[in-house]
Amino acid sequence: MALTGVQIFKLLPKTNCKKCGFPTCLAFAMKLAQGGIELSACPDVSDEAKSALGEASAPPIRSFALGTGATAAKMGGENVMFRHEKKFVNPSAIAVNIKDNDANLAATAEAVAGSEIDRVGQKLRIDAISIECASGDSATYEAAAKTVAEKAPGAAIILNCRDAAVIEAAAKAIADRKPLLYAATDETAEAMAAIAKANGLPLVASAKGLDALSALTEKIKGLGVEDIVLESGAESAKEIIEHNTQIRRAALKKSFKPLGYPIINSVIRDDSILETSIASVAIAKYSSIVVISSVEKWKNLVLFSQRQNLYTDPQVPMQVEQKIYEIGEPDKKAPLMITTNFSLTYFIVSGEIENSKVPSRLAVMDCEGLSVLTAWAAGKFTAAKIANFVNESGMADMVEVKELILPGQVAILSGALEDKLEGWKITIGPREANAIPTFLKGRE
Amino acid sequence: MSFVVPKESFGGKVLAVDFGKEGSKLTIGGETTLPFLAFEGEVPNRPVVAYEIQDCAPEDWPETVQSIYKDVSGDPVSWAKYCQETLGAKAIALRLVSTHPDRGDRSAEAAAQTIKDVLAAINIPLIILGSNHIEKDATVLVAAAEAASGYNCIIGKAQEGNYKTIVAAALAHNHKLIAMSELDINLAKQLNILITQMGFDKEKLITDPMCSALGYGLEYTYSVMERIRLAGLAQNDPTMQPPIVGDVGMYVWKVKETVASGNDVPEWGELEERSISWETVTATSMMLSGSNLLIMRHPRAVENVEKTIDELM
Ligand code: B12
Ligand code: SF4
Repeated sequence: MALTGVQIFKLLPKTNCKKCGFPTCLAFAMKLAQGGIELSACPDVSDEAKSALGEASAPPIRSFALGTGATAAKMGGENVMFRHEKKFVNPSAIAVNIKDNDANLAATAEAVAGSEIDRVGQKLRIDAISIECASGDSATYEAAAKTVAEKAPGAAIILNCRDAAVIEAAAKAIADRKPLLYAATDETAEAMAAIAKANGLPLVASAKGLDALSALTEKIKGLGVEDIVLESGAESAKEIIEHNTQIRRAALKKSFKPLGYPIINSVIRDDSILETSIASVAIAKYSSIVVISSVEKWKNLVLFSQRQNLYTDPQVPMQVEQKIYEIGEPDKKAPLMITTNFSLTYFIVSGEIENSKVPSRLAVMDCEGLSVLTAWAAGKFTAAKIANFVNESGMADMVEVKELILPGQVAILSGALEDKLEGWKITIGPREANAIPTFLKGRE
Repeated sequence: MSFVVPKESFGGKVLAVDFGKEGSKLTIGGETTLPFLAFEGEVPNRPVVAYEIQDCAPEDWPETVQSIYKDVSGDPVSWAKYCQETLGAKAIALRLVSTHPDRGDRSAEAAAQTIKDVLAAINIPLIILGSNHIEKDATVLVAAAEAASGYNCIIGKAQEGNYKTIVAAALAHNHKLIAMSELDINLAKQLNILITQMGFDKEKLITDPMCSALGYGLEYTYSVMERIRLAGLAQNDPTMQPPIVGDVGMYVWKVKETVASGNDVPEWGELEERSISWETVTATSMMLSGSNLLIMRHPRAVENVEKTIDELM
């Protein structure tokens, strides 16, 4: 159970030395009780206090990485049930499952390695490969693990095998990649935990139902494994929502430690579009690892987009810096366009300008991260404000002919802008960005 | 430590709304908990998916979805029958696009005739949508409500700028009503209050908090819907208890991801699967955040959403 600020205070050094960044030990204790900071910020806590506090000050959902290096996916560490309350912090990792004796093993690993795409300025990718032990043979399995490790150097690896005798060699062979052992059941807990402990690996606890699962995580923890992932036996979309909701609630609202871990859900279905739909259920409803069966590019794009949407900060729209972006190598005759600094708007528009192959300038105006029409409706993208921006940014010196191209959706501003910007010609561009290439080519 | 199922019980409940004629009625809403959490409350009715059709050829729909209807979409009656008979639609949403001043400016009388013809040809419930032109809808939807008198349709959308005449017509002809506002929980609440103050039953209302497509503001709609649900259930706010509609198709089938071919954007993969799953996942996300009624376009997207609902119920 969580301790109160005062209970924590009693265990601190009480020197008010401020090394933690707080004015007093009491202030630090209060903050610690609320969560959001770690006990380790105080360099002087006694070991005794550490062990007393460690449990209580741990985040309600344990957080650790899946995989290693720059592309490792952080999991857990969530604080809320609904994204409008605060923000979902660690986006669900997407893992593709492949059998160890599948002839496409290497090709799939390569496809995962090459799955990265850029969306709204973020680089998104398939995070992990789950290698399913279909052969039942330890040597085949180990070889498969090595192949995947080699062909997909950035991907996290999940060793999807329930037989401790089979998984052990593979786990050892690629231990430096910190594979997730998937999974221990009540029967195999001792053997699996021993392998996880010996190699410093995270372990999935797999049981039918949350009662049995809670008992199993306690058991595994007792065996010395800290980084645990939950598999509750949820199969249908209904079970995924119900189990995951109960797990998240138990951890956050009841501080129920046995379920305070990230969740893994397999959503494999025969039909790839249905699988995509069920994967989107798991992403929205608290899954930390979603296991799918294939890496089609369209499917990746859909899942990356949904995950990105739901994991953005609801308080701060994604935005880009206000400035005049050069696309291609524009000379003084190149067209000059204007838009707002909402990331989505900027990336769509600049992408289409690139597609047109017409070197151009895109003036991006700070509208607090709002889209063109929203900014206009909110009074942030008005004729007066645009005129100000044009004058202050020195755009006039960059071009030979003073002509500014407006987004078609705010065509209504052109008259007022011409009045305010003496010597400038205002041209109305297309309403939708996908018409920009034709529009720009037509001007040449 | 033993596990106790952490159940929540809410004071409020989502209102159940039925539509369609006796014998072919559908009911949406009625749940006493958040979407699909049947372990702690009642979830009595499946979300309903309605097929969107228009009163004119859907020239602005992308090829992937336009081509499905190419033999029938010249005529709303054939189109409606095709959805009912061939696609097995459970409900139809007829959008009166051609009444828009920029899209043909057809008269309210002409629209009323189309409604009568479509109603005579089908026996599943009908949702009647205007062209989203504030002034024109104020007359078109009044004529449409009258033409559909006795059919217990859903009429929409009433917005802040035109709700008065539309509410009066829905009241006079006993229809259900969609109240739409723009992605803001307070505006949604305000509009529902204004409408009920005219004597319109809150039990006959459906809230449209405005949809948005995956990748294009989905997160805003998602959170507004969740907040509406929580206000209705946890705070027992009666103005936030009507079922919610997600007008999915019209937002999805215009974004680049549903239009651009795989040749143009190789890193996005095949257009067919991409666009269909774009609509599917947008709809699934809307159901998870609270939509009870979905308006969609592509049969394969509808099929996959229905299968998702099968799993969820
Ligand atoms: C998400 C959203 C919001 C979000 C904000 C998201 C954001 N970061 O901007 C929230 C919920 C906060 C919001 C709030 C409001 N919104 Co709003 N919102 C939307 C919504 C659903 C999507 C906007 C979006 O993200 N579009 C995607 C981006 C990429 O579009 P874009 O910037 O316009 O860019 C496109 C084109 O303009 C073009 N383009 C862009 N730049 C350039 C440049 C050139 C040179 C060219 C040629 C083309 C071009 O390319 C892009 C792709 O085609 C739209 C409705 C809709 N479905 O479109 C309403 C909408 C924009 N909102 C609207 C309104 C009224 C508001 C509010 C005033 C309402 C309110 N009740 O509070 C507030 C104002 C905000 C404030 N702070 O006060 C109205 C605007 C009405 C109008 N015609 O003016 C809309 C159209 C809804 C509607 N149907 O009424 N909104
Ligand atoms: S660093 Fe530790 S001892 Fe120093 S003020 Fe902070 S809590 Fe107190």
